[in-house]
Amino acid sequence: MTGPVRMTGTPIRVENLWKRFGEFEAVKDVTFTAEAGSITALLGPSGSGKSTVLRMIAGLEEPTSGRIWMEGEEHTFKTVQERRVGFVFQHFALFRHMTVAQNVAFGLSVRKQPKAQQRERVQDLLELVQLTGFRDRYPDQLSGGQRQRVALARALAPQPKVLLLDEPFGALDARVRQELRRWLDDLHQELGVTSLLVTHDQDEALELANRIVVMHEGRVEQVGSPDQVYDEPATPFVAGFVGSSSVLHGHVVDGHVQFGDHRVAGAGHLAEGEPARAFIRPHDVRVTTSPQDGSLPASVERVVNLGWLSRVVLRLPDDQVLTAEIPNDELSDVEVGSSVSVDLRRAKAFASAEVEAADVTSEMTPTAAAR
Amino acid sequence: MSEAGELRVPVLPSGTRRKLVHGGFIAIAFLYVGILVIAPLIGIAWAAFSAGWSTIVSTLKQPDVLHAFYLTGVITVITVIVTSVFGVIVALVIARDRFPGRALMSALVDLPLAVSPVIVGLMAVVLFGLGGWFEPWFTSHGIRILFAVPSMVIVTIFICIPFVIREVVPVLQEVGVTEEEAARTLGASAFQTFFRVTLKNIRWGLLYGIALTTARSIGEIGAVLIVSGQITGQTETATLYVLRAFDQFQDQQGYIVALTLALVSIVLLVLIEIFKRRQERMQRT
Repeated sequence: MTGPVRMTGTPIRVENLWKRFGEFEAVKDVTFTAEAGSITALLGPSGSGKSTVLRMIAGLEEPTSGRIWMEGEEHTFKTVQERRVGFVFQHFALFRHMTVAQNVAFGLSVRKQPKAQQRERVQDLLELVQLTGFRDRYPDQLSGGQRQRVALARALAPQPKVLLLDEPFGALDARVRQELRRWLDDLHQELGVTSLLVTHDQDEALELANRIVVMHEGRVEQVGSPDQVYDEPATPFVAGFVGSSSVLHGHVVDGHVQFGDHRVAGAGHLAEGEPARAFIRPHDVRVTTSPQDGSLPASVERVVNLGWLSRVVLRLPDDQVLTAEIPNDELSDVEVGSSVSVDLRRAKAFASAEVEAADVTSEMTPTAAAR
Repeated sequence: MSEAGELRVPVLPSGTRRKLVHGGFIAIAFLYVGILVIAPLIGIAWAAFSAGWSTIVSTLKQPDVLHAFYLTGVITVITVIVTSVFGVIVALVIARDRFPGRALMSALVDLPLAVSPVIVGLMAVVLFGLGGWFEPWFTSHGIRILFAVPSMVIVTIFICIPFVIREVVPVLQEVGVTEEEAARTLGASAFQTFFRVTLKNIRWGLLYGIALTTARSIGEIGAVLIVSGQITGQTETATLYVLRAFDQFQDQQGYIVALTLALVSIVLLVLIEIFKRRQERMQRT
């Protein structure tokens, strides 16, 4: 980075943000920055507080404490109206009694823009979202994907400083979601409006975002690029939540995690002899049929064909289970019951105590009802 | 085959039997509605028209009759305005806010439905009659409540409180707050949000409630009878006129005014049906 892109400073900065709903602490000391013109994703399971953060930035929710800055100006105490953010809701929130054109024009008409200007802007936006032929339809005459495109056009119409998207694809089916995701990516390339995207879908965050803020139980676990979050998870929660991993239990020996007679590197930061767990990505597991020096023997328990690759479930001599993903054309002799050798290319080690505290496995399912 | 087998053979084929049973129920439904609803209406119409057009016209031109209709109109308009404005406010509070006593408020709103109008009239007498709680203050300011139009408006409003609220609360709960939130993020003020989003979304429910209020207000007699003092040309509504006409053996005039009220009710009924359907259609989307 070569300093701030604009004179006005960073588009969004959130400092030490807290939110309490009665006894429940939804957001705890959240701090992060969204860069100009980028897409930043707030990624976490439901109940992690990510939507609450977004709603506080929009002014729809009042922070218990902390500060919110936009373009170098403090916004903590501004009204929703004054903030000029574009907000896209999970369930579209289109005005059901207005046509597509009236929906898109709403933000212009409440600001008393001249009618001719409104018409022109609506036309431009409907072209942008490829819905020109639908201007006189009502929301209930549109498909889910079309509705969300109208919602996006409506949010963009008053030229917002930033675009806030709250699970924008959450209410759509998988195929439409894929399509719309790609389309949003193109649209963002074209417009370059600073965007903050709330999602529980790691693929969505990895594909769309320049930066990812991983949240868990109201706290920020890690802020980083998609590569950093995926390859260098800062906490056991991030390692477990972003991407899939096998977890092998062992002890720290010589900067390695040792399990049985075998070890894997990557525990240099942990104390000697401490119980540790190694998180291993399925694509970092190499399986060969000929035994090699220093590789682990394993037996194949299950092979599941996923299309162009297969998921291979392996059992290690000490009874731990490891999952590998292998392209089908490299599968050759790997079949259920066969003995193979396993090579672990990379692993990320955490102290067992830390992993247990993060309660990673139970976090895979929603824990708190409140957002 | 034994006797049991023969017993199971029906007198008529089952399809025919089902049709007969269905036909029977439909006939009962028609008779019930016909005798209780259609017949009285036709009866009133026949009685009114048997007097001939000239009597109808002269009756409807009588100053007493005109004043009675005028008073009913005034009371109804004030009632509709008051119950709509406050009804929407109360509905918003019940549907949107969480506060101690919310359930109690929700229950209290229905109270007027459970209380006989005559008792409502008596409650007004207790409050505003001689020696009533509020009577000294109003008397000292020279304002007459009881045996005057104000008390008639007050009891009618009381009786009509539930209609708008009961129709609007479920609609508000159904549409939720996200459209309002969207409006605010798009730069709308609270005022603009209410008039351009909230009110638009509840409009059919509100109109349905208003139509019910109008019908109830026009037809009200029990409470009004107690508080009005029945002063001809002053505190006599259309329903009170009908009552007096029969007391004074002016049956013809009574029938004619009653028929007019019935026709207004039919128009309201049609409106109520239309509003209800619009509301239901909107809730489906």
